[in-house]
Amino acid sequence: MQYIDNILFVALLAAGIWFFAKNIKTLIRNIKLGKDIDRTDNKPERWKNMAKIALGQGKMVRRPVSGILHIIVYVGFILINIEVLEIIIDGIFGTHRAFSGMGAFYGFLIGNFEVLAFLVLVAVIIFWVRRNVIKIKRFWKDEMKGWPKSDGNMILYFEMILMTLFLIMNATDVEFQAMNNGNVISQYITPLFSSMETSTLHIIERSAWWLHIVGILIFLNYLYYSKHLHILLAFPNTFYANLKPKGQFTNDANVTKEVKMMMDPSADPYAMPEEGAEEEIATFGAKDVTDLNWVNLLNAYTCTECGRCTSECPANLTGKKLSPRKIMMDTRDRLEEVGKNIDANNGEFKDDGKNLFDWISKEEVWACTSCNACVETCPVNIDPLGIIMEMRRYLVMEESAAPAELNNMMQNVENNGAPWPYNQMDRMKWVDE
Amino acid sequence: MSEALKVPTMAEMMAEDKTPDILFWVGSAGSFDDRAKKISRAFVKILNKANVNFAVLGTEESSSGDAAKRAGNEFLFQMQAITNIEVLNAYEVKKIVTCCPHSYNTIKNEYPELGGTYEVYHHTEFLQQLLKAGKISLSGGEYKGKRVTFHDPCYLGRANSVFDAPRALMNEMKVDLVEMKRSKLNSLCCGAGGAQMFKEPEKGDKDINVLRTEDAMETSAEIIATGCPFCNTMMTDGVKAKEQEGKIEVLDVAELVARSL
Repeated sequence: MQYIDNILFVALLAAGIWFFAKNIKTLIRNIKLGKDIDRTDNKPERWKNMAKIALGQGKMVRRPVSGILHIIVYVGFILINIEVLEIIIDGIFGTHRAFSGMGAFYGFLIGNFEVLAFLVLVAVIIFWVRRNVIKIKRFWKDEMKGWPKSDGNMILYFEMILMTLFLIMNATDVEFQAMNNGNVISQYITPLFSSMETSTLHIIERSAWWLHIVGILIFLNYLYYSKHLHILLAFPNTFYANLKPKGQFTNDANVTKEVKMMMDPSADPYAMPEEGAEEEIATFGAKDVTDLNWVNLLNAYTCTECGRCTSECPANLTGKKLSPRKIMMDTRDRLEEVGKNIDANNGEFKDDGKNLFDWISKEEVWACTSCNACVETCPVNIDPLGIIMEMRRYLVMEESAAPAELNNMMQNVENNGAPWPYNQMDRMKWVDE
Repeated sequence: MSEALKVPTMAEMMAEDKTPDILFWVGSAGSFDDRAKKISRAFVKILNKANVNFAVLGTEESSSGDAAKRAGNEFLFQMQAITNIEVLNAYEVKKIVTCCPHSYNTIKNEYPELGGTYEVYHHTEFLQQLLKAGKISLSGGEYKGKRVTFHDPCYLGRANSVFDAPRALMNEMKVDLVEMKRSKLNSLCCGAGGAQMFKEPEKGDKDINVLRTEDAMETSAEIIATGCPFCNTMMTDGVKAKEQEGKIEVLDVAELVARSL
């Protein structure tokens, strides 16, 4: 029976990792439901972007308060996870503080972790206050009601609890305190427990240890259901982000084929498609998430709903329905639904009579000025505009459902070569006026 | 306009066996919109004064297709683009300058894939080149010391990272250049982009151009300078809506330059 703790630990660890791997598989499958787009060019630039924007948090500090607080949590999160390595080794082999033999260096590491844990705790509390007490506007938009709001708070509670458990674990570790090596913060917590017996302290220390690792495993598996996936996806997302000028929109290659055929005087409009060349019926634009490209879908999973995009969107700032953050959230929600549909139907999507327009209204799609403010400000280079434009293409080219004024404009372009009803032959008149 | 402008067309040039150094893409707004036509004339005035060997397509020019594309009509865009490219390539055009950031963006970035690759300049970039080459001088202008704020057009700034050229020109005029709280990368759209110019805005509590005009008013600028015919219309309307006519003038950088020569 002496190995029961070790067995329990290994079982928990394996279960945690197995569920996580399963979720990641679903995640990748869902992202691959998107259309192909080549984003493997210019690798050096892509690595540079990832290093600067995701690893280096380069765009976060454009807003200094949330940016610096975020860096504290980010650095703390990464470094304190080194401690998890020791926890895992201790758990598997039944050791206690396996690395403590490193002496002064161990003290240096743990000391830094303790300081970081304390700073993270403070930062996370400030984040909570910003959301719930100061009620910063971007956290209280319509799309943040219900689950997104609880999700945001839940992540903060998770972090608060994990950091507290880490510090309590150290504070109630009698041997560790006696070593007096690295207990820079926990030594001030220890007095709170001074009235307790050593055996009670041991129980508290063990409980904190177990809760800490179980908490981490739960948090790991919470990611897939949460906006918090950005801690992983920010890296591929910044790597695969668009490198071209922001004003350059894609030229639909299917359209080019048709236009060239229309304009080619030698083309035979009644020609049969070549033998064996099975014509794939292409949808123009995006009606549903599967018409978007996989980077759009990766973007949707990466979005952590910070709302910087929405707070800079000219349409949203002037009270229109459009919120770029909502575009990303809706895309993810619909994609999740499509994924579940596929799971429930043996790997085949069964038409559910719904599409992305059930989440994102035409009113939102038409309110966009294509100004790229959302794309520019996103701390992890998400592109809500790409999705909006694909939806417009669908509305115009498949449904002919543009607002009437835009139809007029397009008719003018078609007939007169200008968006207004002026004659092309009058194009030089401005010279003499 | 009092002085006659010299605006040769590509067809005339070709007939005389001449080749222009650069094509001035006037754009639909620059050709037909009453306010934008003044910008076209101001720009040509500078070109004439600097003896730039240029030409326009004239009646052979057609919409760049930008508005159609941003409205989602990829078909119409590509029809326009491919037609324009055929004309431009037939004249063997190498360099293009335009006063419209929308034409600038689409010709520079979206035409190459469709067979049209040119060196494309926004007029503020081209004017900066003329300045550097000593072909124009802006020292003794009437705008010296005037408080001016520059509104970055989205398709020039954020979309194509051109921020310095218009500012360099105005600094040369020694204006008192003040930035709005939202400028350059964080600039706020005037509300016209993405084909919004041609439709009523969706329901909201304010018009975007009014919000942007308020940004400009906070700087106490006497002049809002822009580099886009649509921004110009939107800001002019915004100034009217805020009843600031007479206090704030909306001008294109080309107009400031033309009057500072």
